[in-house]
Amino acid sequence: MRTPAVSLSNLTVTYDRHPAVHHVNGQIAEGSLTAIAGPNGAGKSTLLKAIIGELRPAEGRIEHGLRRTEIGYLPQAAEINRRFPISVLDTVLLGTWKNTGAFGGVSGKDRADAMHALQAVGLQGFERRSIGSLSAGQFQRVLFARLLVQDAKVILLDEPFTAIDARTTRDLLEIVRNWHGEGRTVVAVLHDFEQVRQHFPETLLIARELIAWGPTIEVMSVANLSRARAMAERWDENAAVCEDAA
Amino acid sequence: MTAYDIFIAPMMDYGFMRRALVACLCLALGSGPIGVFLMMRRMSLMGDALSHAVLPGAAIGYLVAGSLSLTAMGLGGLIAGLSVAVLAGIVSRFTNLAEDASFASFYLTSLALGVLIVSLRGSNIDLLHVLFGTILAIDEEALIQIGLITSLTLLVIAAIYRPLVAECFDPGFLKAVGGRGPLYHYIFLLMVVLNLVASFQALGTLMAVGLMMLPAATAQLWARTLSTMLLIAFGSALVSGYVGLIASYHLELASGPTIIMTAACLYGCSILVAPSGIMRRFFPLPHLKG
Repeated sequence: MRTPAVSLSNLTVTYDRHPAVHHVNGQIAEGSLTAIAGPNGAGKSTLLKAIIGELRPAEGRIEHGLRRTEIGYLPQAAEINRRFPISVLDTVLLGTWKNTGAFGGVSGKDRADAMHALQAVGLQGFERRSIGSLSAGQFQRVLFARLLVQDAKVILLDEPFTAIDARTTRDLLEIVRNWHGEGRTVVAVLHDFEQVRQHFPETLLIARELIAWGPTIEVMSVANLSRARAMAERWDENAAVCEDAA
Repeated sequence: MTAYDIFIAPMMDYGFMRRALVACLCLALGSGPIGVFLMMRRMSLMGDALSHAVLPGAAIGYLVAGSLSLTAMGLGGLIAGLSVAVLAGIVSRFTNLAEDASFASFYLTSLALGVLIVSLRGSNIDLLHVLFGTILAIDEEALIQIGLITSLTLLVIAAIYRPLVAECFDPGFLKAVGGRGPLYHYIFLLMVVLNLVASFQALGTLMAVGLMMLPAATAQLWARTLSTMLLIAFGSALVSGYVGLIASYHLELASGPTIIMTAACLYGCSILVAPSGIMRRFFPLPHLKG
């Protein structure tokens, strides 16, 4: 058994007592490249938010033994204020938070790292542009540059390729593969099952509860997928208390 | 009438005009940047709500001290403003009311309470002073208080600049790296309340927000980067203060409203002629090569 980077035991996260995900057990192995797949409302983003500590589990536990700054997190595009007057370089430099904290100065090396990251995502020459002037694809590249600078052990991506053009998706997938090659743990919430099959060796399929978790070929079977769809459609306003609840 | 008579003489001749000018300079330095951050956090109306919330505290201070004592009223206003900010924050955290909704209910309660308390003892004149300020009656004690608050505001904003920007721009990121966003949120709210207290003797509780939001809105029309936005907000607040004072002197108008109207004129002109303004829609410049 490989060492787990993150282990989930009986994880349950609720909104208004209705479970967004419940009773999830399993481990994200260190250095693995895992996709989180499932229908709309399956609790995919909720799972990531619970891992970074933004949502508190109603039951169960998440263990990872990492400091906050060792986890890189890419939120969904809609959660960022893209009209904020900040430059591309300053956005990427936020990734050096681990070194600078709230008050420390940005060192020459931090700046060099940021420039290097911008080059890696194909945005050299964009340093001084304001983020408001970027297209959705370019902005996603900026956020990936920030993740590169963060140099995190575990990287969590929430729908990184939604509404992104094909070429950018290809370039960014290349970066994800590099991270995997460097031994980092990468977890991505994805909609596109084809993408999951092609690029992600492992998959966690959920529909508010765990359907299957393991090698992608086994998990993404027709039987599992139709089960996931059936589960997700079951939302009951007057649901009884879950019999597995503590 | 020479330019000297119009622009300089009032300041040379009268001490109260000089003190009012210095007060405007200080208020512009503090309120300009605060307004920009309020706007960037999409909390423009929150400033308004907080300014109303300051009133009952100031009124109690006024009752206790028995006169228009700035220290007592300032302290009362500070406590009342902070309580509303914290209570509204707590209510929105533990219920499903959005923060603006809980702010609205708290400030309306405060406003009613404040007016009630003032009317218990004071005359209508006092009520008018509290609501609309008396910038020409600012004394040395008040000036020192305003100056201290402005200095503190600038130092604190400089110190928490990075987390504040991160919290406005991408709160999810700040949370993910363990950046204690709520802490900076409350420090910022403290600065908002402090600046409202500083400007309420000058402009009154109801118009104190004017010197925050109008220059900030003007700045947003002109600037593309945060630093120029902060500078323009400060500049236009300062110009409004000076021009408003001069105009109110010559035209014999009430000073506070004249200052805010000047800020509003600057904003109005900016809406017309700024790069992202209305005129550009009708007279577009030819587009560039690259």
